[in-house]
Amino acid sequence: MASYSTNEFRGGLKVLLDGDPCIILENEFVKPGKGQAFNRVKLRNLMTNRQWERTFKSGESLEAADVIDLEMEYLYTDGEFWHFMKTDGSFEQYPADAKAVSDALKWLKEQDVYTVTLYNGAPLSVTPPNFVELEVVDTDPGMKGDTAQGGTKPATLSTGAVVNVPLFITIGEVLKVDTRSGEYVNRVKGG
Amino acid sequence: MGSEVAAISSWQPSASVAALQSRAHQLAWVRGFFAQRGVMEVETPVLGRYGVTDINIDSVPASPVPVAAGFSNGWLQTSPEYHMKRLLAAGAGPIYQVARVFRDGEFGRRHNPEFSLLEWYRPGFTDSDLMAEVSELVCGWLGCDAPATMRYRDVFLRFAGIDPFLASDSELSALCEQWMEPSRLQSLSRDDCLDLLMSCQVEPALAEIGPVFVTGYPESQAALARVSEQDGFRQAHRFELYVQGVELCNGYWELTDKEEQQWRFAADNQARRSAGKPEMPVDEAFLAALDAGVPDCSGVALGLDRLLMLKLGLDDLAGVIAFPADRA
Repeated sequence: MASYSTNEFRGGLKVLLDGDPCIILENEFVKPGKGQAFNRVKLRNLMTNRQWERTFKSGESLEAADVIDLEMEYLYTDGEFWHFMKTDGSFEQYPADAKAVSDALKWLKEQDVYTVTLYNGAPLSVTPPNFVELEVVDTDPGMKGDTAQGGTKPATLSTGAVVNVPLFITIGEVLKVDTRSGEYVNRVKGG
Repeated sequence: MGSEVAAISSWQPSASVAALQSRAHQLAWVRGFFAQRGVMEVETPVLGRYGVTDINIDSVPASPVPVAAGFSNGWLQTSPEYHMKRLLAAGAGPIYQVARVFRDGEFGRRHNPEFSLLEWYRPGFTDSDLMAEVSELVCGWLGCDAPATMRYRDVFLRFAGIDPFLASDSELSALCEQWMEPSRLQSLSRDDCLDLLMSCQVEPALAEIGPVFVTGYPESQAALARVSEQDGFRQAHRFELYVQGVELCNGYWELTDKEEQQWRFAADNQARRSAGKPEMPVDEAFLAALDAGVPDCSGVALGLDRLLMLKLGLDDLAGVIAFPADRA
């Protein structure tokens, strides 16, 4: 496996640190004029999602982590694994475990496309698109004429996610939701 | 990768035109400062026959076609110091230079591998005399308070809670563990540990106080400064000015003893060998000038890009350099 020297460190680079795959967030070069140079590096551990700050002597290197992001279609779950398929026509399938899908679980809809991060060829995490469109399967009855009033109520979507929606939303409508904040964006026409 | 491509395809300067105007003003102001004081502007080679032996400064190699009596394996200069000292030995008197210098591998918010160095020498000045002149130049331009003076030992005691002269190697190393894992610390020398603490702990603390000269460096960090015993410790007559935590200049009451200089070059190359770095050829012309007699003097090198960054209240050299390394 290739390795990267501190002077190649930049945001987005994936490296192995203490045996875990990490993504570099920031790399700051510090050096007294006549003194030894160091790199103060912020990384996120991709296994634990925890942020690390580490200092390296400039010129040290870290092994590259075999981490790649691929677009994959969600197929189904057998209860233990969630199965994804490459969208490149290869029909290659990858089973993701509960830990890998945990952040995406409430947004998973069959046949939609997600970003699957593979580490050494196995799914490490699944990231939903920033916006998803999902049908309302349960909410209190809509109140006509209340469209301008503000006010919200919970609505359960087809994937099980619960989001706060305006009072006029009714069962069967399709909503656009921001998966980063978990917030309702708007109604989708034809829903 | 994306940002790399974006940077290369960007033809525009990273500094604003207004910043470049300030840069031109600064240069004119500096030249006026030295003209008033009767210090002569000089120019020396950017591409020289010799590099430097400093273990922590890497020269950029450059190989021109050898001309008559010339050289084919040269170096872009990391500072105009040796050439300027040759001028001092030739009787040039007080001299300054706005030099373009190169330091391989140095790139970040406060570093660019190619930068502008203002270097000047004052025959007959001690380090304190020169510090007074640096203060007039820097504070005259920035409009800042006159710098306080603190000893290297005192800044470490106050801001890092450790005595850089008396602490044991293992005590220093233990303190560094807040920044580096023990396994990585093993490769650090005592001075490396001090540099780590300086960069990570002391400099950020210096940003919280007004301008300050740090003086009295450990003998192992004397570089080209003379050393004497002060307060019971061997200390270098070396000073650095920090403004808002930014290291702005490095000055010495210059070592003018050829034998001692030769010994320090050899020690540098010894340290390079131990660190697995290539040895550097020693500048024989500089040694010959010391032999002929460089007058008793003090000299200082000041980063003009950083000075302008402070003047404009910026925190990244990209704001004051038209084309930094990522778009040069």
